[in-house]
Amino acid sequence: MTVPFYVPPEQLMKDRAEYARKGIARGKSIAAVEYADGILLVAENPSGTLHKIGEIYDRIAFAGAGKYSEFEALRVAGIRHADLKGYSYARSDVTAKSLANAYSHALGQIFTQEVKPYEVGIMLAEVGETTAGNLLFKITYDGTLSADDHVAVIGGQEDQLAALLRQSYRPEAPLGEAVQWAVAAFQTVGARTFEVHEWEAAVVDRTLGRRAFRRLAAEEMAGA
Amino acid sequence: MTEGRAGGLPWDPVVPAASFTALLQSRGLGPRWSLPAEAGSLEPPEATTVLAFRYADGVLMAGDRRATAGNVIAHRSLQKVFPADTLSAVAISGVAGIAIELIRLFQTELEHYEKLEGSRLSLEGKANHLAAMVRAQLPMAFQGLVVVPLFCGFDEVAGRGRLYSYDVVGGRYEETDFTATGSGGPYAKAHLRGAFREGLTEDEALGVAVEALVAAAEEDSATGGPDLQRGIYPNVVVISAQGFSELAEDRVAAAARRAMGEAR
Repeated sequence: MTVPFYVPPEQLMKDRAEYARKGIARGKSIAAVEYADGILLVAENPSGTLHKIGEIYDRIAFAGAGKYSEFEALRVAGIRHADLKGYSYARSDVTAKSLANAYSHALGQIFTQEVKPYEVGIMLAEVGETTAGNLLFKITYDGTLSADDHVAVIGGQEDQLAALLRQSYRPEAPLGEAVQWAVAAFQTVGARTFEVHEWEAAVVDRTLGRRAFRRLAAEEMAGA
Repeated sequence: MTEGRAGGLPWDPVVPAASFTALLQSRGLGPRWSLPAEAGSLEPPEATTVLAFRYADGVLMAGDRRATAGNVIAHRSLQKVFPADTLSAVAISGVAGIAIELIRLFQTELEHYEKLEGSRLSLEGKANHLAAMVRAQLPMAFQGLVVVPLFCGFDEVAGRGRLYSYDVVGGRYEETDFTATGSGGPYAKAHLRGAFREGLTEDEALGVAVEALVAAAEEDSATGGPDLQRGIYPNVVVISAQGFSELAEDRVAAAARRAMGEAR
């Protein structure tokens, strides 16, 4: 029987974290920012069909940065989790918090037990009855769960983007203004002007009724 | 399912990937329709009139509100017409408890598919799926627990409203102009045969629908007519290119008063 080489756990975790971080940093950022009626999510995504932002449930949106196949699997698992819960109990019992905990648990398990950690960062946005009820959760590749106020960014140059968005953010702004902040922040960090088709944007908006998720059309991004 | 690894997230691939029913079954939560033979003696609430027909902008669907159990009126304000998704509606006749659960599963199924795939099922796809769900009820139907839905919607590809009727064994039949089902269905259909014409406006269609329900309620004790005293009116919905919408109660009430006046 062969005895495997001893690798100290600190080293193992460090190596895995570095591997995952490298993969995510190569990808592009996704930003979420609050406006008067809900939460706006904006991503740089030249593909019109492979979405990074998606609907999970009535008031909950999902965004994934990093490796497409991996965050897509997480999105599907999230929809199944939400639909099962909403069908078994009631629609109002599906919350971003319980989803975020499930994601955190899943990613934590994968990080420590699988051969390769997931190279993803994901975000959940839940629109509340009022702006104070909005929730923004970020879950990293190792399952670390954090809640942000007003602004959240995952993937790519997340710190720079978040800092810029926090500067321009003001409470209860209309959607058009929030789109402008996001466009300006992405263009400043990217140091270039984006074409209209390079955006992917969606909102969870409490004025839209039961299913609050809506994708923004290219014109709405061009108007900014 | 590997519960442990995924922290309760339904992780493993389920085939077909976008089917919510397959997901329920994989977790042991699927509906179980097997009953002992003596269960046939149950007298569940049933009997109904629900109808649907085309009008200028799409399709209209309407249903009465009464649920009966034998001679007893079990419920006076039951909802029998439901949105299936934003471009279709479904109405039920038969055993209320089972039918309502079937609709809930159908609605979840359509939304589940739409979210996973990023696009809606085609209208025909939805109609076929509903047929399969009715067919899966067959063992229950033999026990007397019958569910027969009506389905209609706006076909985005064809640009017009389409309607489908069903039978107990899950047969799916596309109707050209109008259809009705339930114990009062034949009376409603007879009325529609006379009143239907091409290009009815929404207001005219509302009038025709309520009159057909009143005609059915006149003949069939298990169909409830508009209850002017208690303010209980039929559910009337329309599906056009703009999507599903339920007609306002005051409009239905006005149509009901007119129809009751003429029925006298």
